[in-house]
Amino acid sequence: MNDLTRQSAAVLADAIATKAVTAVEVTQAHLDRIASVDGKVHAFLHVTAESALAQAQAVDAKVAAGTPLGPLAGVPLGLKDVLAMKGEPTTAGSKILEGWRPPYDSTVVARLRAADIVILGKTNMDEFAMGSSTEHSAYGPTHNPWDLDRIPGGSGGGSAAALAAFEAPLAIGTDTGGSIRQPASVTGTVGVKPTYGGVSRYGQIALASSLDQPGPCARSVLDTALLHAAIAGHDPRDSTSINAPVPDVVAAAKKADVRGMRIGVVTELMGDGYQAGVSQRYAEALDTLRELGAEIIEVSCPHFEYALGAYYLILPSEASSNLARFDGMRYGLRAGDDGKNSVEQVMAITREAGFGPEVKRRIMLGTYALSSGYYDAYYGQAQKVRTLITRDFNAAFEKVDVLVSPTAPTTAFKLGEKLDDPLAMYLNDVATIPVNLAGIGAMSLPIGLAPEDGLPVGMQIMAPAMADDRLYLAGGALEAALTDKWGHLLIEEAPAL
Amino acid sequence: MSTQNMTNGEVDVYLDYDEAISGYDPVIGLETHVELGTHSKMWCGCSTNFGADSNTQVCPVCLGLPGSMPVVNRAAVESTIRIGLALNCTIAEWCRFARKNYFYPDMPKDYQISQYDEPLCFDGYLDVTVETPDGPQVVRVEIERVHMEEDTGKLTHAGGATGRIHGADYSLVDYNRAGIPLIEIVTKPVTGTGRLAPEVARAYVTELRNVIIALGVSDARMEEGSMRCDVNLSIAVPGAEWGTRSETKNVNSLRSVERAVRSEIERQASVLNSGGRVIQETRHFHEDTGRSTSGRSKEQAEDYRYFPEPDLVPVAPSREWVDELRATMPEMPAVKRARLQAEWNINEFELQSLANAGAIELVEATIAAGVDAAAARKWWTGELLRVANDTGVDLDSLSVTPADIKQVEALIASGSLNDKLARQVFDGLINGEGTVDDVVAKRGLAVVSDDGALLAAIDEALAAAPDVAEKIMSGKIQAAGAIVGAVMKSTKGQADAAKVRALLLERLGVSE
Repeated sequence: MNDLTRQSAAVLADAIATKAVTAVEVTQAHLDRIASVDGKVHAFLHVTAESALAQAQAVDAKVAAGTPLGPLAGVPLGLKDVLAMKGEPTTAGSKILEGWRPPYDSTVVARLRAADIVILGKTNMDEFAMGSSTEHSAYGPTHNPWDLDRIPGGSGGGSAAALAAFEAPLAIGTDTGGSIRQPASVTGTVGVKPTYGGVSRYGQIALASSLDQPGPCARSVLDTALLHAAIAGHDPRDSTSINAPVPDVVAAAKKADVRGMRIGVVTELMGDGYQAGVSQRYAEALDTLRELGAEIIEVSCPHFEYALGAYYLILPSEASSNLARFDGMRYGLRAGDDGKNSVEQVMAITREAGFGPEVKRRIMLGTYALSSGYYDAYYGQAQKVRTLITRDFNAAFEKVDVLVSPTAPTTAFKLGEKLDDPLAMYLNDVATIPVNLAGIGAMSLPIGLAPEDGLPVGMQIMAPAMADDRLYLAGGALEAALTDKWGHLLIEEAPAL
Repeated sequence: MSTQNMTNGEVDVYLDYDEAISGYDPVIGLETHVELGTHSKMWCGCSTNFGADSNTQVCPVCLGLPGSMPVVNRAAVESTIRIGLALNCTIAEWCRFARKNYFYPDMPKDYQISQYDEPLCFDGYLDVTVETPDGPQVVRVEIERVHMEEDTGKLTHAGGATGRIHGADYSLVDYNRAGIPLIEIVTKPVTGTGRLAPEVARAYVTELRNVIIALGVSDARMEEGSMRCDVNLSIAVPGAEWGTRSETKNVNSLRSVERAVRSEIERQASVLNSGGRVIQETRHFHEDTGRSTSGRSKEQAEDYRYFPEPDLVPVAPSREWVDELRATMPEMPAVKRARLQAEWNINEFELQSLANAGAIELVEATIAAGVDAAAARKWWTGELLRVANDTGVDLDSLSVTPADIKQVEALIASGSLNDKLARQVFDGLINGEGTVDDVVAKRGLAVVSDDGALLAAIDEALAAAPDVAEKIMSGKIQAAGAIVGAVMKSTKGQADAAKVRALLLERLGVSE
């Protein structure tokens, strides 16, 4: 088999199961790739080479013994550093957790292990998943493999870049306001934010508990579906996990059919504010869907304009509470413990030293928004907006089967370009945030390169809660049509590193 | 009068209680925390056993490790509903947990999962009885809410002079207690109790404890901290608006509840009478002095930034479940006390004695075994309680069972034993000499029922006291007691006194 790092997860799994290649060879090829290109990309914060090879050996032993294997057995994966992995560094991109090794596995990791998916290491991210560029990582930014001077999106820029740099065929992200989808969009990869509660959050270091959702990332819709199926499903450790059968996303990805499907174009998520090349590729993708037999219908979601405002009250409020525990008392960084400072002072000095500026900004915003006397005006009001946005979605899904929009208003911007302008950075997520507020599922998949900068553009597909299979049905069909047109997946056009 | 003392709300000398209460009406409010006796913690499967080595009953969840998530313990919800039902509360159809945010090292997440404006149980009451010079008086204490939360870890401060976190050289935290289910029971302000406020407070906490123990949801030991009470109190001139309240913590016994209320009334009246003002603050009660000292001032209310806990789904107990729990409620202590008084034909004081002796359940079991109520009470609160007190053990740890008492009573009824011999049987049981039959056999305990032997003993006694025989025969029958006593003595108690008396009178040809 030619370069193992350029294969899809489905092909690799099949090759391993049929003994065309060993899992160890596949893992080693990816470790070698990481060694050769990650100096430029910086997708990984920590490579777990030893445990990855041990996992791969175990898979090969199963193959030799004829033990039945899962559909992704032996396939390597990059794990966003926000998910606890027993015994391995887990920092959430923050200095405050430097050196912490969790004594337990997150449910996602436990399921990856159970599926014999080989975990290559922990991928870079904005600190505590706060950001849209991975520039807020305390360990330095990740670079977009399409153009190393540009951002790979965020917060899950490490996972997306690892895919785009062919360092891993699979990756796990987490999506609170677009942290899976926007990186997928700007790196020409595929990412899915499942319905809230579809994948267990147990072991995901919480940013905003009511919005957070782990999900699958890959270079193709089918690979994404296979990973989705491996990690989804009810978890008694997560009270907000859905106790119902997972929609058959793999079958949907294979069926890949939009004939007769009613596809809603959200009029509030297009036009002004969207880069010309993004709008152009988006319009072409809608044409393609129409040609494939879908009915394209314009749909209005009037409350979406309030989504960003509501999001930036709910997220900081929950984050200010979730991040309180990082106080230097039990794990991670402790600063200022000179025997003279009081407990409160040690906590304050630790947090001052351990958190980056974006984290502090959001903790202060959230602390203010939850304060007595302001709660109703801010948090309470934001929750009402959230209800209105959910109603917008419900009304839209009365008329259509899925909704679409561009995933992000622009292609990848330059590193540093928006770092000093939080509002400009926040606006990147304007199209992805309503999905998290409503708790529904959405996918981003590549639809071409913007003519003006030659960078990937993504389309977002949104489906009703617990109907994640529709994302794959539509995404699979669009991907197949575009692949036919281009002769290959868009990612194949990424420049060599 | 020191103005400095007036502003900080402290006075050196307190008025005595009669003086203090004569000018003011107190308003009390009681917040009681109860650790539930569930097997596992509130959000995880860790054990709740008391006394394990530090930090051995912990996991990622109760340590609040990054990424961990809570899951509600259904048994704790059930216990809380049962408490709510016992306190005549409405049970919410839908309620949420909330985060109470504050930084403290005994709090692993730096927020406590509690309930804020949506308690599981609300609007109830508990009737309590206090003794007054005019007889028992029933006071209805209204319950504002019963809500669920989690306990914190336990801090030990090493070094330093204060034993408090400030000034300690270092502090150690034991998280075994972190996450143990805790419920908080909050009364509405209790008004109109006047000078009885201390007694009402104590009676309320006592009765609440009785209810909780009857429900079997907690051992409610105040000394071990599984039940803790905070006393809120304000006073005001009759008819005036309520005064500023203080909150007294560290009230660790039923007696302390009463003392803390009394002391706080005295303190606040002293402050007001000396021209000062009562400040809103937390105070700490000291068992040794019976007084409290000022803790932190609450003039600037802490902002806990409550918001609904997003990691948990709402608690929505079905009406079927609530009805099922309602149908399986045990008899409430007040109802039980009334029933036992009627059934056993005893007054409240006698019942209280039984309760104080820890004998109620034993007496009930003995009655259930077939012994009549008076006899059951007589044995447990007489001979057996005396032995228990003498040897310093609890009544229920003596090796005497209700079945033993039933057997002894049967032997008495058949004339084989008398009370004196029965006491020896119990002595044998407590000494571990075997069963009732074993003790009777080994100690040769049996009433002498052979008429011949008894008559011989009577003749011997008469011969020894001819003057007494004369008296009896001349009609002074009460003198027979001396002869009966002599016979009992010569038979070492193993005779039936009534039978001896009958034989004696027959012998002397005297009739009663």
